[in-house]
Amino acid sequence: MRFSISRWQIVAWSAGIILTLPLIFLIFESLIPDPDVFDHLWNTVLWDYTFNTFVLIFGVLVLSSLIALPLGWLVAYCEFPGKKQFEWALMLPLAMPTYIIAYVYTDLLDYAGPVQIWLRNTFGWQNPDDYWFFDIRTLPGAIVMIALVLYPYLFLIFKTALREQSFKLVQASQLMGYSAIQSFFKVSLPLARGSIVAALALIAMEAMADFATVNYFAVSTLTTAVYDTWFGYYSLTAAAKISGIMLLFVFMFLSIERFSRRNKAVHERGGVNNDAMLYKLSKYHGFLATSFCCLVLLLAFFIPVSILVGYAISYFDQAFNSEFFIYAWQSLKLAAIVSCICVALSLFVVFNQRLSAKSIDLIPGRMASMGYALPGTVLAIAVLLPLSLLDNAVNQFVGQFMEEPGLIFSGTIVAITVAYVVRFYAISQGTIEASFSRISPSLDMASRSMGKTPGQTLSKIHFPLLRRGLLTAGLLIFIECMKELPAALLLRPFDFDTLATHVFQYVSDEQLELASISALFIVLVGLLPLYFITSSMESAKLEEETANE
Amino acid sequence: MSDLLIEKLNFDYQGNKVIDDLSLTIEKNEIVCLLGASGCGKTTTLKAVAGLIEPSSGLIRISNKTFNDNKSFVAPEKRNIGMMFQDYALFPHLTVSQNIGYGLLSKDKKANSERVSEMLSLVKLEGFGDRFPHQLSGGQQQRVAIARALAYKPSILLLDEPFSNIDHQVRFQLIEDIRRIIKDQQVSAIFVTHSKDEAFAFSDQLAIMNEGRIIQQGTAKSLFQNPKEKMVAEFLGQGVYIDAQYQGDLKFKTPLGCIISTQEVDYDNQQGTLYIRPQYISLKSKCTSKSAHSVTILSKRFMGTRYIYRINILDQEIEIASTDDGEFNHGDQVDLNILPHPVNFFIN
Repeated sequence: MRFSISRWQIVAWSAGIILTLPLIFLIFESLIPDPDVFDHLWNTVLWDYTFNTFVLIFGVLVLSSLIALPLGWLVAYCEFPGKKQFEWALMLPLAMPTYIIAYVYTDLLDYAGPVQIWLRNTFGWQNPDDYWFFDIRTLPGAIVMIALVLYPYLFLIFKTALREQSFKLVQASQLMGYSAIQSFFKVSLPLARGSIVAALALIAMEAMADFATVNYFAVSTLTTAVYDTWFGYYSLTAAAKISGIMLLFVFMFLSIERFSRRNKAVHERGGVNNDAMLYKLSKYHGFLATSFCCLVLLLAFFIPVSILVGYAISYFDQAFNSEFFIYAWQSLKLAAIVSCICVALSLFVVFNQRLSAKSIDLIPGRMASMGYALPGTVLAIAVLLPLSLLDNAVNQFVGQFMEEPGLIFSGTIVAITVAYVVRFYAISQGTIEASFSRISPSLDMASRSMGKTPGQTLSKIHFPLLRRGLLTAGLLIFIECMKELPAALLLRPFDFDTLATHVFQYVSDEQLELASISALFIVLVGLLPLYFITSSMESAKLEEETANE
Repeated sequence: MSDLLIEKLNFDYQGNKVIDDLSLTIEKNEIVCLLGASGCGKTTTLKAVAGLIEPSSGLIRISNKTFNDNKSFVAPEKRNIGMMFQDYALFPHLTVSQNIGYGLLSKDKKANSERVSEMLSLVKLEGFGDRFPHQLSGGQQQRVAIARALAYKPSILLLDEPFSNIDHQVRFQLIEDIRRIIKDQQVSAIFVTHSKDEAFAFSDQLAIMNEGRIIQQGTAKSLFQNPKEKMVAEFLGQGVYIDAQYQGDLKFKTPLGCIISTQEVDYDNQQGTLYIRPQYISLKSKCTSKSAHSVTILSKRFMGTRYIYRINILDQEIEIASTDDGEFNHGDQVDLNILPHPVNFFIN
């Protein structure tokens, strides 16, 4: 057989390697000894930070399970008032950035907030010594805030897993004498275990990556440590070493997630259920179910949003100003550029995968997708490493002939762009892979046999058929870019702000009111993917139905 | 002169020999069927001819142009080959006319659109040009697929199980139609299937494939009458093996009595095995004659026009169709009568 390299392979492999470089640099950098800063941290506070991170993750996992598992079961198996609406509404909190919800609840619940004022007025208490009230700005408070916005991952995955299980299993269990609740614990829950573990691993990664809440609540975790090390000591090596610790956690969670998905295939080969529900709840139980759903939704979404709306109305003149438009425009521009790069790259990478029968060509896509697992702060450090090296090299070289150009990569918008592409590439890879797999390979063969080259086939056949998928991928990345905070905080050049960093600045200054319109805008943009999730599920259902005809 | 020449073609996939030293020739305007069980390498052979996979070694030559040898590999788009797929592979975002015109690469738009209408009338789909594939029935989609594959006058047409998604009732009507169209256009074709009925109906020549190799090639009748290997005989239909010795004079001595061949044979007094097909076996009520071999009826099924009896001959179960009015019943003893026929004899 002859050996040849196509230009598709060249593009795909270059993309794969370049997008992996930051991670590789990070791993090497974290192995360099750093006696000054890191050893000092190691001997003093690092264990506390790690412990806090661990408690935070554990707490979020427990609390989000307590919220999401009952919700998932209710919505998947039971008929009760409002069930249809709750099915999508319970996903809404995903759109809520943690720093906004944390700020709103602090405002609401601290000493000068309306709740404590009302309590004091009602009971005639005069000062803090007269009564006890919990302090939200603590580690447990952070756990509650983060769990309130992350539980939808588990809710969605658990609900889907339950739907995939055949009702007959539960019915069989009940015929054999187990109650609905017993059947849940004996049949449904164990069958869905793989999915639950996978969802929890995702939540654990997100919880560990959270920067805004813990920073605002002044709870020190590994994420804040990376940030402080860089801005406090300007030690890239120390920051890289702490990032390395987080990377170990990430690999652990990822392996758990992969492992539990492997089992899933065996255990959850379910039947198709019709739309009828398994249980019709009595009036009383139905009322309880509805109340529970409402309570979660109020706490995680509607209370924070209405407070934001309240801010926006009372502070409209200050919040609706040129700053909002400048930062919105900057964010939109950045997000649009990143989306286009990601979509274009993954289109080529996935096309090369399809073109080549060899499994080795799957590697670039896998490599490039690894960035998604990196927490924002870790990613920022990882991107800084190769870029600052590149800057040094350029300055040294150009400096021989003329004035040094300065930090043209690490000190400009290039750094944020690269970081976002590394982090969000996986989204477009996944979405486009899925759309490609829906195109029968015989279409490619037909086009090729009719005299069209691979490139012509891509533009005439694949591109029109993929349009929807490409658009979805671009939009999903766009939204993630709008929301992303920690990487932007670390990498944004002087004089540059995204809406997220802008809002967070005001959060830190206890003046969210003045950025309330920007915050609302971020929440609104975050709602878009929920529409896609629901509509793509419905179109998948539709496809299934037409396929069965 | 042959239209397609394949010599010593090999294809390995993950260490398995999918195609094993395969050679095949196809004459001009001939339809050859690659017939074999799934996984025997027939579709892979087709893809190698089309250039959709790159063979490990071997020669592929079409109309005297070399497409594959140890030095060169011509990309599929440069081979001018027509291919029809199992799922038809119609482009869902293009209309019927655009699908048919997709392979017309000439700049002359008028000539292209004339060719498209010509093809539409050839497959009797005039007036359907502006429809989209999903608005057509399965049979219509198939006719679009054949029109599309023939529109650009390919030097050879490849058909990959094109009838497997068609309802049984209309399948043979379609096979006839498509065969007429191909013959009309005077193009050679390779047709891949696992169904011998489709192969008999569609092709001029059959090539039986097994484990990446062509076991035997010939017309349906010649393969049926003179299978070179047991595998070929079995693939073309059910039967039972019985030990036999040739005794000259077209007579074979067997445990079931003497069996007479109706075609010339060229054997000495050789020992071997006869493969007897059910259509040459008839059942009779038991008589007292000792020479006849008797068997028990194991089961009986009414099929509308005939009865099917399951019997056991020398430890091999076989189903015999009979046009009697169901005179035998489960458990009855009956006598076998082997009719004179063109025998399949395999020398030990």
